[in-house]
Formats: sequence, C-alpha cells, structure tokens
Amino acid sequence: MIHILVHDKKDTVGVAVIEGIKAGQDLTGWVMEDDSTITVKALTEVPIGHKVATTAIKKGDTIIKYGFDIGKAVSDIKQGEHAHVHNIKTKRW
Amino acid sequence: MINANTTFRGYRRENGRVGIRNHVIILPVDDLSNAACEAVAHNIKGVMAIPHPYGRLQFGADLDLHFRTLIGAGSNPNVAAVVVIGIEEGWTKKIVDAIATTGKPVTGFGIEMHGDHDTIMRACKVAKEYVQWASELRQEDAPISDLWVSTKCGESDTTSGCGSNPTVGSAFDKLEPLGVTMCFGETTEITGGENIVADRCATPEVREQFMKMFNRYQEIIERHKTSDLSDSQPTKGNIAGGLTTIEEKALGNIQKIGKKCPVVGVLDKAETPTRPGLWFMDSSSAAAEMVTLCAASGYVVHFFPTGQGNVVGNPIVPVIKLCANPRTVRTMSEHIDYDCSGLLQRQKNLEQTGDELIEVMLRTCNGRLTAAEALGHRQFVMTRLYESA
Repeated sequence: MIHILVHDKKDTVGVAVIEGIKAGQDLTGWVMEDDSTITVKALTEVPIGHKVATTAIKKGDTIIKYGFDIGKAVSDIKQGEHAHVHNIKTKRW
Repeated sequence: MINANTTFRGYRRENGRVGIRNHVIILPVDDLSNAACEAVAHNIKGVMAIPHPYGRLQFGADLDLHFRTLIGAGSNPNVAAVVVIGIEEGWTKKIVDAIATTGKPVTGFGIEMHGDHDTIMRACKVAKEYVQWASELRQEDAPISDLWVSTKCGESDTTSGCGSNPTVGSAFDKLEPLGVTMCFGETTEITGGENIVADRCATPEVREQFMKMFNRYQEIIERHKTSDLSDSQPTKGNIAGGLTTIEEKALGNIQKIGKKCPVVGVLDKAETPTRPGLWFMDSSSAAAEMVTLCAASGYVVHFFPTGQGNVVGNPIVPVIKLCANPRTVRTMSEHIDYDCSGLLQRQKNLEQTGDELIEVMLRTCNGRLTAAEALGHRQFVMTRLYESA
C-alpha cells in the first residue's frame, strides 16, 4: 500500500494518496522519479491530496515539489507534519 | 495503440475540417436575442440554442473578441449549420458572412422591425430545413491527423499533478507525432512554471510571444489584485484538495503538455491555429471560459482532468473528464469519463493511462456521449476584456 507519493528525489513534501491518514501512522512513500521507497511517520492527520513534510523544514525555507520551488515555509514544519496553507505561502503576487 | 493509420469517424465539412458532432445551432448575437433563439430550439427538435449574456455596447478589442468567439463557435466543424439571430441586422450579417466562408449553411435574422413572433417563425422554417438536411449527413473514416484536441484542467488538486494531468501529457506526447492539432492555455496558472513552458517553445520568436502574453497577464493581476490572489488562485476547491500555492498548481497544470511536445505557436483568445502541433492560447483559467475559447478556435474534442470534480461541459465540444482522485471517482462517478486513479497506487503507469485516454477519446469521436453531454452541461461562457461603453 502506498500512502504518499513523492514526485522528485529533491522534494521536501509528499502527497497523501489514500484517505484517512492518522497521527502516528507509518507512511510508505513512492518516489516516482527513481521508483524508490521512503518511510515517514505521520505526526498529524493528513487528508487525501494534502501534503506531508518528508523532511524537517525551517521557517523561510523554500518548499520543493516536482523538483521545483512551490513557495516558502512561514513557520517551522516537522517531518511528518501536515504541510499546507497554514505553514506555506506563495512567493508570487 | 494508435499510429499514423488510426482513423476516427467524423463529419467532413465543406472546408475540409472534420467534426465529431453534427449540431445545428441557433446562435444569438446578443443577450436580447436569447429568448427568440430558445423559442426556435423549443419548436424544432434536434437543434440547440446557445444563449449568452453579452453583445451590446462592447467596443474595440473586447468587441473583436465577441465576434471572434461567435464566428468561431459557428464555424466549428462540430456544427453542421447555423441560424443566427440578433436584435438588429448589421452585426447579425457580420457573423453570418464570416461563418459562410466555411461553406456551411447559415442564415441570419434581425428582430427589429419584425418582433420576436415573426422572427421566431421565419427562423423555425430555416432551422427545420437545416436539421433535416443535417440528419442525412454521414460520418466517414478520417485520419487521426484531422483531429483537433484541446485541454484545460479544473477543480484541480494534488492528484491532478500526479495522475490526470500527466495522463493528458502522455496522450499529447503520443498524438503530437501523428500530426494532431492541440492546445493548452490558462495563462495565470502557468505562474511558477513559466520557464518550463518557455523552454519548450519551438523557436525564439514563439518563446518571446509566450513570455509577452504571460507578462501581460501578470500586469493585469498586479493592477487589479487587492492583497494577493490567495482567495482565487488557488481556488477554495484547490485548497480543500491540498494545493497550497499558485506555483504548486502551475507545476501540476503543465504536466498536461507532456514531456516532449514542442510549443509550435501562441494564439490570441479564440484565434485559429494554422498548423498541427501543440499551441499555447492566452486565456483565462476559468473552466467554461477556456473551453468556450477552444471551441471558438476550432477544437473538436477536449481533455478535462479534474481532482476535486469540476462538472463543466460545452454545447459544441465534447468535454472528456478524467480523474485520479479515488474519492472524487467514488463520490462524483457520474461526471467522470475516465478513472486513472490506479496511477496513484502504482497499479498503472502513464504509458497505459495515456493509451486508455486516447481510447476513450476515439470512442467519444465515434459518437459515444461524454458524461457532460449526457448530463446536459452546456456552459457557453464568453470572455470579456473590459466594461461596455
């Protein structure tokens, strides 16, 4: 069972691809770029389609997804924590 | 597997273009003529009115776009014949004359000096002749290179970038070498991925045109935005689906152009491409606006990947919905033509889903109604550039 999907090896977030991920759950992640597998322990609930930090992220750090810059962290994000609009903002507009 | 010998069943029109539907449409020039058009469509079975709210006191580039959209819609090869009704004869004739250059049957009526009753009666007589004539037209085998396919995604979420959008990209990479004419757009939703699109442009001139259109749209946003676009881009639906920033949305969005297709040219809104290959059309990212512009540009079938479940359809162009979000496929199954959620569990790869999407496309071309057609989704939404005079 794949719980999260990671596009690129450089990515710092993965996407939940199953419903009902709970805090404390061990997540299996599929890295699409090289077909490798990672594991992350979820610290919070993560709804399907939402992101989870696959590494510890500091406030101000660039968030990487698809191997590219998708915005910046506006607070520290722990590995395994839900990563979304409450802790990430756009760098545009 | 498709190849250069693949064919589809289509209606070859007088100008050589091939359509996959055989509509007779009743086209209002303006808001005031909607009632007469709908009355004709009520009386004559098998014809379709295309009401819309605009067409009065527009001017300049906005009026040009209005005409281009209506003329393009009437000229689309999915349309066999057209009845045009306007409040007065001048603008009506302008649209009729332009559609007539395709060679298809088209007649116009002005309401002033006649009233609705007389106009409806005369228009009904013509519409009846047209629909009976069109009902005898037959599909023929057409080469895949005669097909024009557009794409735009909607109510995207993170599964769009993982599954449904790259499935369209895979299909485009397979269709491009076969001489298919394709297009994508959504100028604001390229924000964050603009350099990737720029690098895909076939020539420095195309690249320059693309960046000009991209920067122009950014200026509009800078001018009109109140804080940032966080309430609109990403949309509330996008955010509910897990998309956080416009950059993330854009990088998912441009998965639709595949890994190989060069961008051969840039189109203004509702402008017609002049050769096969993948075109970028400067356009809004609002679903119905973009699909309507694709219809006006002459595209005959549309790939619409969705994550959270956009339900859009178009009166002229069949809209094929595909989705990789297993929850949406479960809760909104009646809207989804192709389920590619198997990608997210590594049960399928993009090679397979690209082939399967093309299979669904060919069945749609050959006559299978899309979910949006069966459900009656006919959103014809014209893009406005600024206030009326």
